[in-house]
Amino acid sequence: MKLSAQAKVIALLFSVGLVAGCSTTGENMEDGGYGSDVEPIDQDGGSTVYGGGDQGGISSSSMTEEERMEIQKQTEQQALREVTTFYFDFDTSEIKPEARDVLMAHARYLSNNPGQKVRLEGHGDERGSKEYNLALGERRANAVQRFLVVNGASRGQMETVSYGEEKPAVMGSSESAWAQNRRVELVFE
Amino acid sequence: MKQKMSFSLMRATFAAVALMFTAVTSAQAELLIRITEGADSAIPVSVVPFAENGSMPAGDKLSSIVQADLAMSGEFRPLPPEKMLSLPSKRSDVYFRDWRMLGQRYVLVGELTRNGDRVQARYELFDVNREERILGETAAAPASNIRSLAHHVSDKVYEAITGVPGAFSTKLAYVTLQRANGKALYRLQVSDIDGKRAGIRLESKEPILSPAWSPDGKKLAYVSFETGKPAIFIHQLSSGERTKVADFPGLNSAPTWSADGQSLLMTLSKDGNAEIYQMNLQSRKVTKLTNHWAIDTEAAWDSSGKGIFFTSDRSGGPQIYYMEEPGAEPRRLTFGSRYNARPRPDSTGKYVYYVHQRDRAFTIARTNLESGDETVLTRTESDESPSVSPNGRMLIYATKQNGESILTVISADGGAAYSLPASEGDVRDPAWGPIVR
Repeated sequence: MKLSAQAKVIALLFSVGLVAGCSTTGENMEDGGYGSDVEPIDQDGGSTVYGGGDQGGISSSSMTEEERMEIQKQTEQQALREVTTFYFDFDTSEIKPEARDVLMAHARYLSNNPGQKVRLEGHGDERGSKEYNLALGERRANAVQRFLVVNGASRGQMETVSYGEEKPAVMGSSESAWAQNRRVELVFE
Repeated sequence: MKQKMSFSLMRATFAAVALMFTAVTSAQAELLIRITEGADSAIPVSVVPFAENGSMPAGDKLSSIVQADLAMSGEFRPLPPEKMLSLPSKRSDVYFRDWRMLGQRYVLVGELTRNGDRVQARYELFDVNREERILGETAAAPASNIRSLAHHVSDKVYEAITGVPGAFSTKLAYVTLQRANGKALYRLQVSDIDGKRAGIRLESKEPILSPAWSPDGKKLAYVSFETGKPAIFIHQLSSGERTKVADFPGLNSAPTWSADGQSLLMTLSKDGNAEIYQMNLQSRKVTKLTNHWAIDTEAAWDSSGKGIFFTSDRSGGPQIYYMEEPGAEPRRLTFGSRYNARPRPDSTGKYVYYVHQRDRAFTIARTNLESGDETVLTRTESDESPSVSPNGRMLIYATKQNGESILTVISADGGAAYSLPASEGDVRDPAWGPIVR
């Protein structure tokens, strides 16, 4: 899935808004009528539902500093997780340093969502021999899998497959095409 | 019991699928042939157009197919018929002085006789200098099969002159790939070695690779991704029946046959990383032959059937290794470059061929197993999948031309060449079939 920068910002703002709404309306948002003009009422369970009042239901000032940090962190994490392709140097399966933060975000997400499955697809560039590239693609996918497991994901959430040089992302025989084809793609199901 | 039943069920399903595919016999992307260069040392030979008794089928003449075969090998330089001073069809009409004058070493003459739905060829090969007949034979084939009869004649002529059996009657297996609107179509095909008479054996939207001929030429083993991951299949060519023999978690790849056809070498990663296994095809039991954290793959038996060549990156990058016997401590064979992979030994036991990186180019090289000397054979740059002809005289491999993958055939010493581009799209993963007697 590819989003434009603008769409991403809108999506993020929307998700922040939702989270903020949640934090002010508590667990009975669906009962209370989010943003509606109702007075606080006592319910059987004793919990209180706050209506919109003067502040229109959404109030950032009602968030604690801690909550705001949490929201910001989640936003950042989500932005990181937009990246699902990781690149490798020729004939190596070492995860590049710049990929680590993003993979950590994926690992955290998988750890928080044990039902989520992901397919790790390993690929190589067209150079060298096909069968060796098939094994190399698998080793790349395994390297990513190990990184995710070490950082909290469970092995059962993941499945790896190598396509070797059979499914290039970019056609052509240039350094740039090769660099884009040596990769592992995370495919969330 | 239960497992057995599901196996045979599975087999039945695959057979049905394969039959559907084999029904499509017309090749969509056929191979073209281009002779790119001949060797300087090519032997001058004249293939005189055969005399004809009775009506012959339309299409290429037998003698022109023989002439093309000999030229294609790179070892012969046939004289164009228009330069011949006479067109004899039997010994009494052969004037050796004329052929000597034309610089010819050998002359092939003959005649074809139509006999019902069959054609009989009677032919003789003469050594011009010694003024001797060195071959005389009759052979017959259905009239619809002139091409097979011609390749048979080429094989006999080649053997009479070089002392080595010809490989013109053998087959090639390869995979074509066409892309349209972002969709890929892979086709496993089998053709003559000049690319003619191509037939589709399997069609898939997912990759097909690594076809390998059984020693009797009746079956192909290959890797297909049709189930979403690589699995090894065995495909009976006459019936189209297919059997999935290896579908373990992880890699199932690089199948090659033992000389007796009873087992396959293959690469599996079910125990964590790519290792070489031998599968007994009767029991389907696998035995692990390598055990190393590095990648071990692309195994092939040597000509004696005792030792195994394979690729391993245990030294840091891929190199060719050899095990004296299955499971023995591997010995590294290649040192001249940081990348050597996919070994294919020839039938003589003298050479092993492989993908070899030279500077930035990926070429095909061979190592003389007696002297250890390495020779780079190709001048192209993205070469892979070398496969040696069963007589050890020619080599086919895949390379790139104008952004498309093509097949190229060279003589085993790197001299002459012809290429087999597909009329459309890519052609790759060639496998040279055995001589079938």
